Amino acid sequence: MGELKLMKGNEALAEAAIRAGADAYFGYPITPQSEVIEYLMAEKPHERTGMVVLQAESEIAAINMVYGAAGAGKKVMTSSSSPGISLKQEGISYIAGAELPCLYVNVVRGGPGLGTIQPSQADYFQSTKGGGHGDYRQIVLAPASVQEMSDFVKEGFDLAFKYRIPVLILSDGVIGQMMEKVELFDPIPRWTDEEAIANSPWATTGKKNGTERRIITSLDLDSHKMEEHNIKLQEKYKEITKNEVRYELIDCDDAEYIFVAYGSSARIAQKAVQLARAKGIKAGLFRLITLFPFPTVKMREMCGKGIKGFLAVEMSAGQMVEDVMLAVRGCAKVEHFGRYGGIVHTPEEVLAALEQKIIGG
Amino acid sequence: MAEITLQDIIKPENLVYKKTDLMTDKPLSYCPGCGHGTAHRITMEVIEELNLAEDTIGVAPVGCSVLAYEFMNVDMTQAAHGRAPAVATGIKRVWPNKVVFTYQGDGDLAAIGTSETIHACNRGENIVIIFINNGIYGMTGGQMAPTTLPGMKSSTSPYGRDVAMMGNPLKMTELVAQLPGTYFVTRQAVHTPAAVRKAKKAIKKAFENQRDCKPGLSFIEIVSNCNSGWKMTPTDANKWMEENMFPFYPMGDIKVDGQLVK
Ligand SMILES: Cc1ncc(C[n+]2csc(CCOP(=O)(O)OP(=O)(O)O)c2C)c(N)n1
Ligand code: SF4
Repeated sequence: MGELKLMKGNEALAEAAIRAGADAYFGYPITPQSEVIEYLMAEKPHERTGMVVLQAESEIAAINMVYGAAGAGKKVMTSSSSPGISLKQEGISYIAGAELPCLYVNVVRGGPGLGTIQPSQADYFQSTKGGGHGDYRQIVLAPASVQEMSDFVKEGFDLAFKYRIPVLILSDGVIGQMMEKVELFDPIPRWTDEEAIANSPWATTGKKNGTERRIITSLDLDSHKMEEHNIKLQEKYKEITKNEVRYELIDCDDAEYIFVAYGSSARIAQKAVQLARAKGIKAGLFRLITLFPFPTVKMREMCGKGIKGFLAVEMSAGQMVEDVMLAVRGCAKVEHFGRYGGIVHTPEEVLAALEQKIIGG
Repeated sequence: MAEITLQDIIKPENLVYKKTDLMTDKPLSYCPGCGHGTAHRITMEVIEELNLAEDTIGVAPVGCSVLAYEFMNVDMTQAAHGRAPAVATGIKRVWPNKVVFTYQGDGDLAAIGTSETIHACNRGENIVIIFINNGIYGMTGGQMAPTTLPGMKSSTSPYGRDVAMMGNPLKMTELVAQLPGTYFVTRQAVHTPAAVRKAKKAIKKAFENQRDCKPGLSFIEIVSNCNSGWKMTPTDANKWMEENMFPFYPMGDIKVDGQLVK
């Protein structure tokens, strides 16, 4: 069993970065995720593992440092919250275009604009539909516990290098700030320089005599070649959709009504399942773990099996609900419920919404 | 006397000039007479002469030299507009023993990338920045740059740069020389053989500084021409540059070995 600790979500994530053998973290402070860089600075990872931690002059600089270091074959990451993530979008588009592996974290707060520092899930569209320019996708992991804030760092790096793709941990202010017990995984040593070169033969590490030189770019002025590159990207996204869908079904076996939720909303919806069952309503929870790829096939399959309705529960005005509708394609009722702008809904509100919008509606 | 054939002339002992292997054979995409090509060549010659090619990673900008990675025969990363110093920082921080440089135009470095430039300089990143100042946005068709001279015409200052309305030209090189993180700051040109020799010497010093882990960033401005953007012949452009750009952007070292010299 790994080391047990009581930690904040943001701290568990930072500790996991060191343990996952990350080579560098570049970031810029913003509430509610500043604990990530604060924890890293306090832990002196350069002494523990040799990991570099640098406070950049902006989120734009931070993501471009990630771009450079990822292109040079190293395990690198950044984190921020909504307004800062907006600033990173150009860099993320370049990273996706140049097919570089990296991990980044959004501890979402309410928007739009400067919004509020309170939790929110209103960055779903930005995260899953491509927040930057161009036809690209990224893998999106949605932790619902402090444990997953830690575990997804390791898993995120693995997926990033497996597919040479940016991986986003889409958290929120609740998960980032709350304290829970976490079992930390055993530290993985950082790659040696030789291992980094061997693991990423495409990376810019200096052209050795007799080897092809490496170029990291997202540019091709020949539109036919650019189309080919885009087709290759789309094929990769299809492959990911085939292989990497992750979700958890809670009390769904005999359920007639399903809450669909991720992150802190899934925790709240799980409580609403208990309240519903106590009243004799057969409710279950479909917890999304990957938001891209979305579990479209599973959701579609379920709706033929006696499910009367899906309630998409999210702290937004209704974003994920669109993907639920696309999955269900009219074969069951789909409605949305969620508080937003920094307000976190209660299990009672979620159950009431099920009764009004799905059962009674 | 026997007739001399081409084969008699093409012999190793007759070689007077050889293109460095660190320039690819791709035809340069630059306008004839443009300084970019020469600046590329001397940079690559320096890397070859210092035997650094196997450990060098370059960063190309957005601008006319966006395709620098097609011509410079070393490992290269193409950065978003203005972000090259941040990209170079990322590379250098995870590969501190490699030699990392950026090659950027004045729009890239002194407008959209001002923040990245100043902060990389101020942190004293141990990298080389090569800054091509041609007073204009060449790639996008000759718009005003932060370095465009007062009164100078461009497609977005068609009646000349009116400083009251459009602001003043930015002397980025003087500015970064003031920062404690810069170790070597100089301004050069590549329009005559003598200037090329001097510029190459400066570039060599910059790469030696990095190789020898001297504390801080080496920053080389090259005042250059943009005959297409300026709408002049290459010779007129060089003359205009000497008469107008050089008085405003004076040649020479500004900071050497961490000490201001003027
Ligand atoms: C974010 C972004 N904004 C604008 C552009 C368009 N753009 C391309 S090159 C350029 C100016 C380049 O000028 P400079 O850096 O002076 O280089 P030069 O072409 O003169 O060598 C601009 C504005 C872009 N590619 N990306
Ligand atoms: S447009 Fe200007 S800077 Fe660009 S290649 Fe032509 S002369 Fe050089």
